[in-house]
Amino acid sequence: MSGFKAKFNVDWPGFTLDVDLDLPERGVTALFGPSGSGKTTLLRCIAGLERVKQGYLSFKGEVWQDETTWLPTHQRPLGYVFQEASLFSHLSVLGNLRYGLKRTLDTRKPALDQAVELLGIGHLLDRKPDRLSGGERQRVGIARALAVNPRILLMDEPLAALDLKRKQEILPYLERLHDELDIPVLYVSHSPDEVARLADHIIVMDEGKVLAHGPLVETMARLDLPIRLGEDAGVVLDAIVAERDEIWHLARVEFAGGSLWTRDHNLAVGHRVRVRIQASDVSLATQPQEHSSILNLLSGCVDAISDDEHPGLALVRVRVGESKLIARLTKRSVTALAIVPGLPIWVQVKSVALME
Amino acid sequence: MLSDGDLQAIWLTLRLAGIVTLILLLIGTPIAWWLARTRAWWKGPVGAVVALPLVLPPSVLGFYLLLAMGPNGPVGAFTQSLGIGTLPFTFWGLVVASVFYSLPFMVQPLQTAFEAVGDRPLEVAATLRASPVDAFFTVAVPLALPGFLSASILTFAHTVGEFGVVLMIGGNIPGQTRVASVQIYDHVEGLEYMQAHQLSAVMLVFSFLVLLALYAWRPSPKRGG
Repeated sequence: MSGFKAKFNVDWPGFTLDVDLDLPERGVTALFGPSGSGKTTLLRCIAGLERVKQGYLSFKGEVWQDETTWLPTHQRPLGYVFQEASLFSHLSVLGNLRYGLKRTLDTRKPALDQAVELLGIGHLLDRKPDRLSGGERQRVGIARALAVNPRILLMDEPLAALDLKRKQEILPYLERLHDELDIPVLYVSHSPDEVARLADHIIVMDEGKVLAHGPLVETMARLDLPIRLGEDAGVVLDAIVAERDEIWHLARVEFAGGSLWTRDHNLAVGHRVRVRIQASDVSLATQPQEHSSILNLLSGCVDAISDDEHPGLALVRVRVGESKLIARLTKRSVTALAIVPGLPIWVQVKSVALME
Repeated sequence: MLSDGDLQAIWLTLRLAGIVTLILLLIGTPIAWWLARTRAWWKGPVGAVVALPLVLPPSVLGFYLLLAMGPNGPVGAFTQSLGIGTLPFTFWGLVVASVFYSLPFMVQPLQTAFEAVGDRPLEVAATLRASPVDAFFTVAVPLALPGFLSASILTFAHTVGEFGVVLMIGGNIPGQTRVASVQIYDHVEGLEYMQAHQLSAVMLVFSFLVLLALYAWRPSPKRGG
């Protein structure tokens, strides 16, 4: 038996949670949505911190909750990272890390060493939590959750309480987790950047319901859903650094279907990256444009057209090789250029956001 | 100097306050824990009952306890059926009465301390495989330790200072129920002002030192962020 199923149906005063999900068993799954959409509540239900009568939860063949079963949190093999690190202030960093370890039947010490190494906190072990910076505290919080050797890691907006600088400090560690952990991670976030950088799958929630879920790249390219990572519609592509132009400080990244020039981020050739391209940074032309300041010109084929939020605007999805890009155009332009599905088209990409 | 009677009274007072503090640590902790964490509607009524000794005249409390523990009261019937007679006018009767009388002084500081700990550390403990009982002793108690200390000091000091309840329940039996406050009353009644002065001064200094310890030792609240 395998599978990771979560089904919850609750009515609280003023809030309803109604989800029925088959969750991915590997990789990072982002639970994405505005605040109040129920993503943290869903995470707490999965952890058993919130007790919901109407629910079913099974993880890799073990039933954690059904009509007759309810496994308390401390018996679920999970790790949980809270928004604020919530370290035990009466214990040292090492005491915090050992707290869960001592209570785990599976006491492989390497889990602790690995967590300490992964989060780079070896030099902090003797300190008390009040002697740590916000970023260090959260790193200890993550290591503490990993030290119990969980079979799934639940993270509730681990960066939300930190300022931009601290976020930048922690993100590389989260990316290492992504690369090195072989357990599934559920990552609650309302930050488009974090989701685009870290997630393999996405579950989009609003008002206690799931609007969409699936692999990140595919789900982002859907036109029929109002998925907005932040202000704007856009897509995310997996790519590899293919070339660096040191004279102009540019890097060329290759994705399935083409390549794009972007600012050089000092990443070595061969480095895997994510790029995010917002619909407003993409324009379309029926002729290749010369004498343009825009470096990135791709050849593609119109795939689908849909209305945007504003009545004057449309979203046009273009297939470029195996990838899809979304462009925002005025409806007047759509008509003037006679854009219809199947039309070969030139795609100009003005700006590419690169994420390591 | 203090007479043998005075020393006996002081020793009895300290013994009473010590025993009452220990008993209240055992009884008061679960009550405070429950009050701090429950959302039941009868949290209010229970809290009010616990706080009653704060406002009731000690003689009222003593009167009801006397009736309950007396030969015709429910507690008295029970203690008699156990073959230990009735509790009024014994040391243990005084202990029982003082437990009631000092209850809020233990429960309220503890309740405040537990409320300050909050849900989060216990949730964290649960995600780190700690059962609720385990989490209580390894997380809630250490984090609420300053609360335990001030609750114990307050309870001890308040029991040392009680008078009305002692008179109602204990009477004035040397070595049994004659605590320091009653001894002072006796001295004054007997116009032995010198002895009353000496014992009163001891009580005054003691009370001041206890409160000084309580106020001077204020650990700054440190929370793991």
